[in-house]
Amino acid sequence: MIKLDAKVPAGKLEEKWTNHKFNMKLVNPANKRKYDVIVVGTGLAGASAAASLGELGYNVKAFTFHDSARRAHSISAQGGINAAKNYQNDGDSVYRLFYDTIKGGDFRAREANVYRLAEVSNNIIDQCVAQGVPFAREYGGLLDNRSFGGALVSRTFYARGQTGQQLLLGAYTAMNRQVKTGKVKLYTRREMLDVVVVDGIAKGIVVRNLITGEIEKYSAHAVILATGGYMNAYFLSTNAMNCNTTAIWRAHKRGAALANPCYTQIHPTCLPVHGENQSKLTLMSESLRNDGRIWVSKLKNDMRKPNDIPEEERDYYLERKYPTYGNLSPRDISSRAAKEAFDDGRGAQGQEAVYLDFKDAINRLGQHVIEERYGNLFEIYETITGDNPYKSPMKIYPAPHYAMGGLWVDYNLQSTIPGLFVAGEANFSDHGANRLGASALMQGLADGYFVIPYTIGNYLAGDKPTLVKTDHPEFNKVQKEVEDMTTKLLSIKGKRTVDDIHKQLGRIMWNKVGMGRNEKGLKEAMVEIKALREEFWKDVNVVGNSKDVNQCLERGARVADYLELGELMALDALTRNESCGGHFREEYQTPEGEALRNDEDYTFVSAWEFKDVGKWELNKEPLEFTSVKLATRSYK
Amino acid sequence: MEHKKINLTLKIWRQHGPKTPGSFVEYKVAVSPDSSFLEMLDDINNDLEKKNLEPIAFESDCREGICGTCGLVINGQPHGPIPRIATCQLHMRNFKEGDTIYIEPFRAKAFPIIKDLMTDRSAMDRIMEAGGFISVNTGSVPDGNAIPIAKEIASEAMDAAACIGCGACVAACKNASAMLFVSAKVSQFALLPQGQPERYQRVEAMVKVMDEYGFGSCSNTYACEAECPKGISVKNIARMNREYFMAKIK
Amino acid sequence: MGWVWKSLNSSIGKKLVMAITGICLILFLVIHLINNLTLYAGPDLFNTVVKNLDSIKPLIRVVEIILALIFILHIINGVRLWIENKKARPVKYTVNGSSKNTTVFSRTAFITGSIIFIFLVVHLNTFWVSFNLGHPLAESHRYYDILVEAFQSPIYSGLYVVAMLLLGFHLNHGFQSAFQTFGWNHKKYFPLIEKIGTIYAVIMTIGFASIPIYFLFFFGGK
Repeated sequence: MIKLDAKVPAGKLEEKWTNHKFNMKLVNPANKRKYDVIVVGTGLAGASAAASLGELGYNVKAFTFHDSARRAHSISAQGGINAAKNYQNDGDSVYRLFYDTIKGGDFRAREANVYRLAEVSNNIIDQCVAQGVPFAREYGGLLDNRSFGGALVSRTFYARGQTGQQLLLGAYTAMNRQVKTGKVKLYTRREMLDVVVVDGIAKGIVVRNLITGEIEKYSAHAVILATGGYMNAYFLSTNAMNCNTTAIWRAHKRGAALANPCYTQIHPTCLPVHGENQSKLTLMSESLRNDGRIWVSKLKNDMRKPNDIPEEERDYYLERKYPTYGNLSPRDISSRAAKEAFDDGRGAQGQEAVYLDFKDAINRLGQHVIEERYGNLFEIYETITGDNPYKSPMKIYPAPHYAMGGLWVDYNLQSTIPGLFVAGEANFSDHGANRLGASALMQGLADGYFVIPYTIGNYLAGDKPTLVKTDHPEFNKVQKEVEDMTTKLLSIKGKRTVDDIHKQLGRIMWNKVGMGRNEKGLKEAMVEIKALREEFWKDVNVVGNSKDVNQCLERGARVADYLELGELMALDALTRNESCGGHFREEYQTPEGEALRNDEDYTFVSAWEFKDVGKWELNKEPLEFTSVKLATRSYK
Repeated sequence: MEHKKINLTLKIWRQHGPKTPGSFVEYKVAVSPDSSFLEMLDDINNDLEKKNLEPIAFESDCREGICGTCGLVINGQPHGPIPRIATCQLHMRNFKEGDTIYIEPFRAKAFPIIKDLMTDRSAMDRIMEAGGFISVNTGSVPDGNAIPIAKEIASEAMDAAACIGCGACVAACKNASAMLFVSAKVSQFALLPQGQPERYQRVEAMVKVMDEYGFGSCSNTYACEAECPKGISVKNIARMNREYFMAKIK
Repeated sequence: MGWVWKSLNSSIGKKLVMAITGICLILFLVIHLINNLTLYAGPDLFNTVVKNLDSIKPLIRVVEIILALIFILHIINGVRLWIENKKARPVKYTVNGSSKNTTVFSRTAFITGSIIFIFLVVHLNTFWVSFNLGHPLAESHRYYDILVEAFQSPIYSGLYVVAMLLLGFHLNHGFQSAFQTFGWNHKKYFPLIEKIGTIYAVIMTIGFASIPIYFLFFFGGK
C-alpha cells in the first residue's frame, strides 16, 4: 500500500498556488548549475519544461525518440488553447475556466490543480505571443478567440488549424535557445526503456539508442517524464504512430502509481475507418462544430446519399437532446450520442459514421467565410476521403484520442517515486474523467512553463538529492533487465507479427473498453488481453537484431507494454461502478441514457500500484471539493 | 465501402546502412485505393515480417501531414505527385492499375541515409538552434495584447510559420538547398514585432550554419515551393536574401 | 574589408554576385542590340557608328575590360556554384522529377549558360578579333561587310540563331531570378517583373537572331 499524499497547500482555493509558490524552497542561483535534470519527451510539456529549467540554470538532458524535438504529437493539435483572458468581454474569468474544466471533467479531478491550471492559463498566452507564435488576430491587431465544446464563452486562442504546431514550435525554439547556450543537452532518437530508482528515489533513466541499438544510461538529480498518452492501446486512435506508453508503464512497474487509466477520451469528430489495413485515425478539429451541424437520418438503415435526405427526415440529435450546448456539447457526450445513433441502425449510409453538415453555415455566411475558417481542414478531408465537404456533408465518427488517466502525481507533479515528476498528458492531473477541447495544450504548457520549474526547485532545495553515477549497481541491473527483455523479444521467432497482435488488442479494447463498457465485457476483455499477452510472448515474431535500426523491435516492446496496460484499463473500468466523463458504464445511466455518477462511493482517484504482471493494488485518493458543488453535469 | 484493389509494381530503395551501397528491390502489391501510401508500405512490412524478413525502414508519425517526419521521393517527387500534401496524406486512389512506382529516400549530402528510406535531417535542427528563436525567458513577457499586430502581418507570418520541417524543399531542389526551410523561419520572425531585436543576427547565424552543412545554393528554380506540402512561398527566400544583405551592411 | 569577401562567399553572397553581374549583362545586351539594329539601316550608318566608337578607343578599352570582368565573374561564379551544388547531392535520384516541379528555363540555366559561353568565344573570334586586330575590311572601315561575310555561312548563322534561342532561355530565367535574389519579390509586382523578363528575353532573341536570318535569306543583292 502506498501513501498518497496530494500535498495540496492549505488556504483558500484562490490563494493556494500563490502561497505555495512563496512557501516552496528555492535553489540558490549559483547552485542551480550543480543540478542535473532529465526531461523525457520534447512535446509541449517536455520542451517547455526543458527550456524553462535551462533558463533557470539547471543542466538539462532532454530525450526524444524522434529525429527532432519538433515532431512530438502535440504538433497535431488543431483547434486551440484555452485561457481566461476575457478579451471578448463575455464574462470569462479564472474561476469560470476552472469551473468549466472541473465540470467538464465530471468532478473527478483535483480541485486545486484545476484552479492552478486556470490561473496560469493567461501567462501561457503571453509567453507564446512573446515567442512569436502567430496567433490569429482581429483587424484591430488584437488576439482573436473562438468557442470550443463545453464552454459558453469564447476563450480559445488559435493559429489557423495548426495551434498545436505553432505552440510546439514556440517551445521547441525556446528549448533550442537553451541548446545553443549549452544548458540543455538534446538526445534525439533515444527511447526511454526504464527509470532507475535507487533507495526509492528516481536517479536516472535507461534508453535505447535507436540508431546504434545501444542501451545507454543517464543519471540526474531529478527525472521528468513528459511522454504523452497511451491511446494507441486501441491500435486505431488519433495518436501518432509512435506514441506509446512505454516510459510511463516502465515507471509504473518501478513503483509509480498509475491513476484512472480507464478515463479515456473518444473524440467525436474523426474520419471513419476505411478498411482493414488502416493505420490510424485522423482527427477533424472540434472547431468545426462551431459551424457544422451533426445529424443522421431519422430512418434506420437509410442508404440514401446525404443530399437526398430531405430536411424533415434528418435528426440533428445533439441540438435535439442538448438544446443549450447543441453541436458544442462536450466530447464524451457528443461521442456517445454518435455511437447511440449508429447502434440504433442510423449510421450514415449504414457505416459507422454520422454527418457533419456545413450547408446551413455556407448559406448563412457564404462559402468564402467557411473557407477562411476551415479551408485547410476541408482540404485534408477531401485529400483523405476524395469527397468535397462543400458539396456534401462530412462523415465523421468518434475515435480514441486522449488519455485523461496517467501517472499519479501530487500537487507538485511528483509521482509516487520521489524525484520522478510527470508533466502533460503523461500525468493524470487536471482533466478528471473528460477533457474539454483546447485544454490539453493549456495543461501541457502550464506544467512545463509554470509549474514544474517551481516544484523541481522545491524538491532539489528541500530533499537535497544526490547524484548517482551510472556505474552504480542499480543502473547496471536495470540496463541488464532491459537488454534481457530485448533479447527475449528477438528470440521468440513465432508466427504472428507485432502489428497483427496490436490490432487484435485494439479490437478488444475498442469493443469492450471503448465508448460503452459493461461488467461482462470488461471481464471478458481482461481474460482475452491476458491470453493475448501470453500468445504474444510465445508466438510473436520480432524480426532483426538489437544492434541496428530496428523499428520492428521498437514496436514490439511498445506492444508488450500495451498488453499489460490494456488489462489495467479494463480492471480500472470494472472497478469504477459508475459512469463519469469518458468512462461510461452501461449499467449506470439515467433513464434518458446520460452518465450516472456515484458521488457517494466514487469521488476518488484510483491510483493503481503494480505488484506483478496482471496484479495490482488499488489505492484511493479521495477528492474533496471545497469550492464547487458536485452537480449533475447538464448541457441541456 | 472497399473499392476494387489496384495492382502496382513498387521499386523500393533498400540500403542496409549509411556506408553500404543500396539498390532497388521490386515488390508487387494489390492495394485498396482508399489506403494511404504509407499503409501500403505497412502492409508490405507486415508481409515481410511474416516471412521473417527485415521490414523496410521508413519514418512517419502523425500521419496527418503536420509532424514532418515522413518524406519519400515518389517517382522523382518528394511527397509524391499530388501538390500540397505530405507523403502520409497521399492516397492510392491517385495511382492507376499497373503503375510502376519508384520510392527513394530524400537525397542530399546534408541528409545522410541511415537505413533504407530513413535519412538524418538533423542539420535542420542545428540551423534552428543557431538562431531560429526569439530570446525571451519564461515569465518575463508583456500581456499578449500589448503589441497589436496587423491581421495581414500575422497572417503572412503564419504562412511562413506553417513549415513542418520535413526537408522536402531540400529533397526537391536540384542543388539540395535548404533556403526555403531557413527562410520560412527567418521570415516569420522578421515580419513580427517580437522578432525585431534579433532580426539581423538571426539571419546571419542561421545562414552560416546552413552553409556549413553543405546544402547547395538557391538557383531560383522554385522546385521547393512546388513540392512543399505547406506551399511555403519562395517570397520568403527573397525576404531572407534582403534580410541578409541588410544584416551585412548594418 | 574581410567581411565583404566573406559575405560574398556565402551561399546568398554568391547568388548576389550572379544577380548583379547578370543585371549588368542584361543592360549591356540592350546596348549591344541597339547597336546591331543599325545594320538594318544599311552599311553607312553601321560603319559610322563603329568608326565613331573606334575613335574613342581608350574609353572603349576601359569599358571592355570592365565588361570582360563582369562576364568572367558571372561565368566563374556560375561554374563554381554549379560544382558546389552538384556536391550538395552526391547520389542522384534514379527518377528525375524536375520536369514536374520546375520550368525548363530555370533548370537548364547552367547548360544554356555554358553553350552561350562557347558561342561567346566563337563570336568574339569572328567579330571582336576581326574588328580590332587588323582584318583588311576593318582597316578600311567596312565593318558591315565583315558581318555580311560571316552571316553568308548557313552553319555560322544557324549556330548563331540557336545560341540566341538559348540566350533567350537563359535571360528568361535570369531576369526574374536576379530580382528574386535581390529580395524584390512581392505578390503585387513580381508577376510584372516576370512578364517584363519574358518580353525582354523574347525581344533579345528575336532582335539578335533576326540579323543572321536577314543576311542569310533576305539580303540577296550585295
